[in-house]
Amino acid sequence: MPVPSDEVGVAPRGPVAAGGDAVPAIHAVDLTKRYGHIEALAGLSMSVPRGEIFGFLGPNGAGKTTAVKLLLGLTTPTAGDAWLLGEPIGRAQARRRVGYLPELFRYPAWLSPVEVLQFHCRLIGVPGSERGAEIDSALTIVGLRERGRDRVGTFSKGMQQRLGLAVAMLGAPEIVFLDEPTSALDPVGRHDVREIIRDLRGRGTAVFLNSHLLSEVEQVCDRLAVVDRGRVIASGTLDEILSGGSGVRLRVTGLTGLPTLLARWGEVVSDGEWISMRGVADDDVPDIVADLVARGGRVHAVEPQRQSLEDRFLEVLRAADDGAAA
Amino acid sequence: MSVVTIALMTVREVSRRRLVLALGVLSGAAIALTGWGFSRLPGLHDRGVPLSPADVTLISSQLLIFVLFMFSAVLGLGAVMVAAQSVSAEVESGQALAVLARPIERFQVILGKWLGLGSLIVVYAAVATSVEFVVVHWATGYLPPNPAAAAAFVAAEGLVLLTLTLGLSVRLSGITAGVIALMLFFITWIAGVAGAVGTVLHNGPIEATGTISRMLLPSDGLWRGAIYNLEPATVVAAASGSREAAANPFTSLSAPTGAYLAWALLWVAAVVALTIVAFRRREL
Repeated sequence: MPVPSDEVGVAPRGPVAAGGDAVPAIHAVDLTKRYGHIEALAGLSMSVPRGEIFGFLGPNGAGKTTAVKLLLGLTTPTAGDAWLLGEPIGRAQARRRVGYLPELFRYPAWLSPVEVLQFHCRLIGVPGSERGAEIDSALTIVGLRERGRDRVGTFSKGMQQRLGLAVAMLGAPEIVFLDEPTSALDPVGRHDVREIIRDLRGRGTAVFLNSHLLSEVEQVCDRLAVVDRGRVIASGTLDEILSGGSGVRLRVTGLTGLPTLLARWGEVVSDGEWISMRGVADDDVPDIVADLVARGGRVHAVEPQRQSLEDRFLEVLRAADDGAAA
Repeated sequence: MSVVTIALMTVREVSRRRLVLALGVLSGAAIALTGWGFSRLPGLHDRGVPLSPADVTLISSQLLIFVLFMFSAVLGLGAVMVAAQSVSAEVESGQALAVLARPIERFQVILGKWLGLGSLIVVYAAVATSVEFVVVHWATGYLPPNPAAAAAFVAAEGLVLLTLTLGLSVRLSGITAGVIALMLFFITWIAGVAGAVGTVLHNGPIEATGTISRMLLPSDGLWRGAIYNLEPATVVAAASGSREAAANPFTSLSAPTGAYLAWALLWVAAVVALTIVAFRRREL
C-alpha cells in the first residue's frame, strides 16, 4: 500500500544545513497555508532529493500551486517551515539556483524571447560573457532558436510555454519547479517536455512537477505524491502507489461459493465465470491457486491485473472523500 | 544591481510601447505651435498701439504658465497611467511570479520601477520645459526668473503622482489605481484653488482645506512652486495687492517653504516605504 500520510519521502523534523549534495533539494515540515477558513495546504512534510523528478499530483484546486508558491516565497506560510537547497524559504538566497515555470503567465508582448531571457540572466547574475551561449542553448532545447528575435506577442500559447520553460532552465538550476508545463502543448510538445525533464534529471537537477495529467507523471516521475484538498493522501514511488491497487482475474470451475472462499485474500469485485479481485498482494497469488486446487477447484486462468495510475488516482481520491465524509 | 535591471526594463517597456515616441512627437508639435503663437506677440497692437516690452513680458509670463500647466498635466497623467499598470499588470499576467522567483527582494522591484519611471519623468520635464523656455525666449526675448527651479517643481509634481499611483497599483487593479490617483490629483488641485480663495476672504476653514490637501498630497503645493518660479517679480508684486489676482489658480504669491519641501521629500520616502511593505505582504 502507498504511504497514506502527509509525510512524503524522508522528512526529518527540523532544518537541514545548507550546502553539499546530501542536502535535499526540497525539505518541508508541516507547511501549512490558510486563506481565512479555507485550508489550501495542510501540514505538508516532505523531502525531495537532488536529481529526482518528483510528481505532485492532484485535481484542480487541490493545493499544488499553493505548495509551489510557498516554497518559492511568493506566498507566506501560515505555519510550518521549509528549505530549498538548504536555505530557508522566503530568503532571496534560497532562490539562487532555482528555475520556475508558473502555471498561468504571459510574457510582455513587446519583448523578444532573447530579451526575456537576457532580463532573467541579469536577475540570476549570469555573467555577461556567458549570457549569449546560455540563451542560445535554452532556446535550442525548447525549439525556439529560429524565433529568438520575434516579438513574444506573435507567439501561440504553446510557444509561450516553451519560452517559460527556457526561462526556468537558465543559470544551471539545481531545482526546477514546473507548474502544469504541458497544459498548452500539442502531443509533440508534450513529448519534447518529457525529454527536457529527463535531460534535467541527467544533469542532476531536481524537478518538481505539478500536474493533473496522469500520463505525464506516470512517464517521467521517480516518486510522486497525490494531494487533495490541501492534504497529501498518498505518496511513494509509482510502483508503491500502484501496488495498493493490484489485483488478479481468475477463471475457476468445480467450486461453489467462490466469492466467500476468496474474500480473505482481497476484495472480490465481480462474480460469474470470471472473478476479479482487488487489493491482492503479488505474493498471495500462488497461495490462492494452491488453496483453490486443494479444495478441488479447476483453475483455468490466472491473469495479474495492473491498475492504471488513473484508476488508482481516482480510487485514492474516493477513499479520501469517504474518509472525510466519515 | 537588480534595482538597475528592473529600472532599465521599465524604461524599455515604456519606450517599446511607443509612449516615449508619442510624447516626444506631440510635445514637439505643442512647442512648435506655442512658439509660433509667442512669436506673434511682439507684433500685436492694442487699439492701434504696439504692445510695449513690459506688456509682452507680462503676457508671455502668463501664457508660459498655461503652457507649463499643460506639460505638468501631461506629465502627471502620463505618470499615473504608466505607474498604475506597472505592478498590477505584472501580477495579473503572472509575469511577476517568474521574476519574484528569482533571487530578488520585493523592495528591489519597487525601487527599480520607481527609479525607471522617475528617470523618464525627470528627463521629460527637463527636456520639454527647457525647449519651451528656449523657444519662448527666441520668440519674445522673455525668460522666466527661475527656469531650472520651475522645471524641477514640474518634475517633482510628476514624481509625487508616480509615487502615489505606484503605491496604489501594488494592491489594486491598474484601472482602479489610476482612477483613484487621478481623482486625488484633481481634488487636491481644486482644494488648492479653494484654499487660495479662503486666504483672500480670510476664511480659516476654507484656507485650511488647501493647506491640509497640500500636505496629504503635495502635487498641488509643488505645482504652486513651479508657478512662483515662472512669475516675474513685477507680477508677484502686482498680485499681492489684488484680491482677485491672489485667488487666481495660475498665480502664486510665495515660494514653497523649505519645511514644505522637506515634507514633500519625506512624503515620497514614506509612501515608497509603505508601498514596499504592502508589496512584501501581498500574496501572489
